[in-house]
Amino acid sequence: MDWLALLILVVQCFVITLAVTTAFAYLTLFERRLLARFQNRVGPNRAGPNGFLQPVADAVKLFFKEDVIPSAADRVVYLLAPAMAVIPALIIWAVIPFGCLEMSGNWQACFDPQTTTPLQNILQMAEINVGVLYLLAVTSIGVYGITLAGWASNNKYSMLGGIRSAAQLVSYELALGAAVLAVVMTYGTFSTHQIVVAQAGLWGIVPQFLAFVIFMIASTAEVVRSPFDLVEAEQELVGGYNTEYGSMKFALFFMTEYIKLIAVSAIAVTFFMGGWRVPGLETLGAGIETLAGPLAASIAVGLVSLGAFLLKLVAFLFFSVWMRASWPRLRYDRLMDLGWKWLLPLGLINIAYTAVVFVLIPNETLASFVLLALGVLTLVIALGINRVPKPVDNVTYVKDLKEMG
Amino acid sequence: MELFLFIITAAIALAGAVAMVLTRNAIHSALFLLLNFGAVAVLFLLLYSPFLFAIQLTVYAGAIMVLFLFVVMLLGAERVEDAPDQIAWQRPLGLAMGLMLLLVALATAFRSSAFAPAPGGAALEAFGDPAALGALLFTHYLLPFQVTGIILLVAVIGVVVLNQRRRPRPSEAKTR
Repeated sequence: MDWLALLILVVQCFVITLAVTTAFAYLTLFERRLLARFQNRVGPNRAGPNGFLQPVADAVKLFFKEDVIPSAADRVVYLLAPAMAVIPALIIWAVIPFGCLEMSGNWQACFDPQTTTPLQNILQMAEINVGVLYLLAVTSIGVYGITLAGWASNNKYSMLGGIRSAAQLVSYELALGAAVLAVVMTYGTFSTHQIVVAQAGLWGIVPQFLAFVIFMIASTAEVVRSPFDLVEAEQELVGGYNTEYGSMKFALFFMTEYIKLIAVSAIAVTFFMGGWRVPGLETLGAGIETLAGPLAASIAVGLVSLGAFLLKLVAFLFFSVWMRASWPRLRYDRLMDLGWKWLLPLGLINIAYTAVVFVLIPNETLASFVLLALGVLTLVIALGINRVPKPVDNVTYVKDLKEMG
Repeated sequence: MELFLFIITAAIALAGAVAMVLTRNAIHSALFLLLNFGAVAVLFLLLYSPFLFAIQLTVYAGAIMVLFLFVVMLLGAERVEDAPDQIAWQRPLGLAMGLMLLLVALATAFRSSAFAPAPGGAALEAFGDPAALGALLFTHYLLPFQVTGIILLVAVIGVVVLNQRRRPRPSEAKTR
């Protein structure tokens, strides 16, 4: 590897890390303002114009807080846990394509499914042939930070939060994997870039509607966000796994949660919403090439694709805040039921659908719409079966105890 | 560059393994094992096999370790008492068997052509390819693959059966 390439890589790492961290800071503001609007309040609007400096104020406050380590904590693991939480959330960005800015000026290569020369796309850090597996692998090691934080704090509420998180994350990982697998089967590749390229005609949400629904639910549970935020249920667990953490160490956990939320939204955009694609992008590239040459065309395509990606991402984040404002937290047994008895079987059924339909119907567009119909039908049936949950009576009444003697 | 990376990664893997055996605290042990798994995953990357890298992380570092941690935490068995081993010959036997395994591995390595330079170019490209691996699993190794599947299924059913709690029958519930 020559040194220039290495330098570009290092700069890319820095830029993405800083961009993601800044995005986290402003996502908190975005969320607080939106939540306030949903609840008919105003929200933070004092620091700077429209509360624009609120994240800065929060960061400064967290930096200057006293850094306490509980005396009963397991010191090393206690200090290690925030790092183990935040690192997977950051390295997951390596394979997500933000856009396609081909450095050599050969912008057509971005749209070519059978490209032979490796892309020099500076808007994606690593184009590897197992990108999707990498995403799943990094998600699966993300559990450690939370679990270890819960254990190392030596506090029963933290411990309960940690155990809840381990159970929840392991359960929903399966449904998430099943949904992603169906996408991989549809496009026949593990490469994230190739998946975006293959969504030239229909976006992934059409053939994989069922997978999209499963992915949205499972990924919300995977980033422990409301309505699946049992890990940090204030009423039951004080604060959950991060009860004993303060100052910047708490901020790292907070950051992890939001960066993961942005990451799963970006993954959803990549798999189901055409990634950086926007209709007419190729026409735009061709038009600018005749006007101003291939390099300008390449830059234009790159910037427009980046813009499209970010726009879709913001739409997903808005949706996520909306969900948080709308739904109350699930009960723990309902959460497990949903993951194991509904999402996982639906995911497996969807894999079977995908396999059978694409073999039986050679025409891809037709097959996509058949899959869409099957997915909607299955969802309607599942909702119909699930409509009347029978109340389970697990309560022992005092009068029963008296009767029993 | 490659040799340099290999030496660092191998040293980390070895250090993780040794520390895992020597640590008294079970959770620390588990974390060192995790370090070892991570280093081995990077070794797979150095062998031009990103597929095995991802699988190593998902299956070992992700699934197995989480379950293990979970069990250790729930049982509260993270501290080992300093009492001597219950079975006196456990340690020497373990050492002897470990040495034997090392000898077998070394013998296999020296006798085969494992030290020949790795194939380059097209052979390397195809080596870690998930599609090629999948095709092999479903043609040449179909029977072992299916047998593994059945064994795993049996384990899953076993867990469900063993974990089943006896529910009171409706008739019993009425008399309660």
